[in-house]
Amino acid sequence: MSVNEILLAAGGALIMAFFSMVGGLWFAGIDRVLAARMQARIGPPVRQPFLDIAKLMIKQNVVPANAIPWLFNGAPVVALASAVTILLYIPMAGIPGLPILQGHGDLVLIMYLLILPALAMVAGGLAAGSPYATIGAQREMVTMIAYELPLAATIIAFAWKFASLGIEHPFSLATVAAQPVWTLVGPVGFMGLLLLLVTMLLVVPGELGRIPFDAPEAETEIAGGLLVEYSGRNLALFTLSLAVKTIVVTSLIVGLFFPWNLTDILAVACCATTAAMINLAFFILKLLVVMFFSVTLVRISVARFRINQVVDVYWKILGVLALLGMFLVMADALF
Amino acid sequence: MKLSQTLGKSLWAFLFNSGSCNGCEIETVATVTPRYDLERFGIKVVGSPRHADILLISGPVTRKMAPRLRRVYEQMPDPKIVLCIGACGTSGGAFYDSYTLVGPVDQVVPVDMYVPGCPPRPEAIIDGVVKILARLEAAEKSA
Repeated sequence: MSVNEILLAAGGALIMAFFSMVGGLWFAGIDRVLAARMQARIGPPVRQPFLDIAKLMIKQNVVPANAIPWLFNGAPVVALASAVTILLYIPMAGIPGLPILQGHGDLVLIMYLLILPALAMVAGGLAAGSPYATIGAQREMVTMIAYELPLAATIIAFAWKFASLGIEHPFSLATVAAQPVWTLVGPVGFMGLLLLLVTMLLVVPGELGRIPFDAPEAETEIAGGLLVEYSGRNLALFTLSLAVKTIVVTSLIVGLFFPWNLTDILAVACCATTAAMINLAFFILKLLVVMFFSVTLVRISVARFRINQVVDVYWKILGVLALLGMFLVMADALF
Repeated sequence: MKLSQTLGKSLWAFLFNSGSCNGCEIETVATVTPRYDLERFGIKVVGSPRHADILLISGPVTRKMAPRLRRVYEQMPDPKIVLCIGACGTSGGAFYDSYTLVGPVDQVVPVDMYVPGCPPRPEAIIDGVVKILARLEAAEKSA
């Protein structure tokens, strides 16, 4: 990379960071309003998450006496930075110039990067020096191990499909975006992909630590778990990283399963800017729909799983579903 | 204590039972149910005093609970508000001359607002919170 490109990428990353935080908080507000409406409540204003962040910023930032200060204060920054970094690899609605790090990473890298924010939370929890936070950190690690199997099976199925057709760079998200995977399979593979979609939608709450997979934070039993000792600015940073992560995982699902653009479907032949704006609006709409079905609807419908049930659900049910989906996609090629 | 309008629009509450008979708890938890929908005002119940802005205390503060109450109060980050719920916390209530009591609550931690009643109805608790919010806004204007 030349100096110019690096500067461009750095500037782009800052802009992305800003928009992903604003967008993520806006999504969190919509999530809370939708949840309230489903419970026949009025609910908070959509800007409530912004008010929460503004409030957390003026609060005292307590570092407990038992904590390791550099790790305790560093973990929230790492969590937010790594969440924003993943977003730099995920294509968005075919808008030119996005993703900023196009061609530098693939699905395997994204899978590994997705671990980073959770790992930062674990490090912060262990550094807090509170028994509740330690239990939360252990549960978070178990949850990470649990949802990795269905996630990996889905990504392998995608890569296998593209590799078997002789398409170059089967692990690249740009490849998936160029050719929606639904168009490449027959009826058997279609069923397999449906199973994979359901699996991925249920990996999202685990990835984000939302109900029913919020055992690491379980407020009613371990008092907030990982975040029990965090307050003020550090808690705000963790909230922001969670908001950005919502955008990341929903755009990953949209990128894998629904890469269509509105301008392709409607064949809008207009100037590039208008097309990009239409595509961006449609992309955000897709993210909202995915968030509704994978986060809001799930968290309103069910209660929290115990940590051993989390592992059971992810390995015995969703793991088997994902493997079945993978085999169906593979079997599809035989017919 | 630095006050701000954003504090009033996003109050996170932590419930503390300092030896209450659980009557006030039932009413306090009823306050956050969908019927009363406190989330309309940005109020939500959190699991850790580190996340809390407002401490809801019920009960007359028994000898065992007094150090814990003081500790939970000190664990909350500034700025913080204390709301005392129920007759016991306000005056000792039915247990005013019991040998097990250290309190009422204001003998142990500073209290910003009292909600009397045995137990107070959810409407009364909401009224107490609203009065605190009004006071925060007034303090903000005069500052």
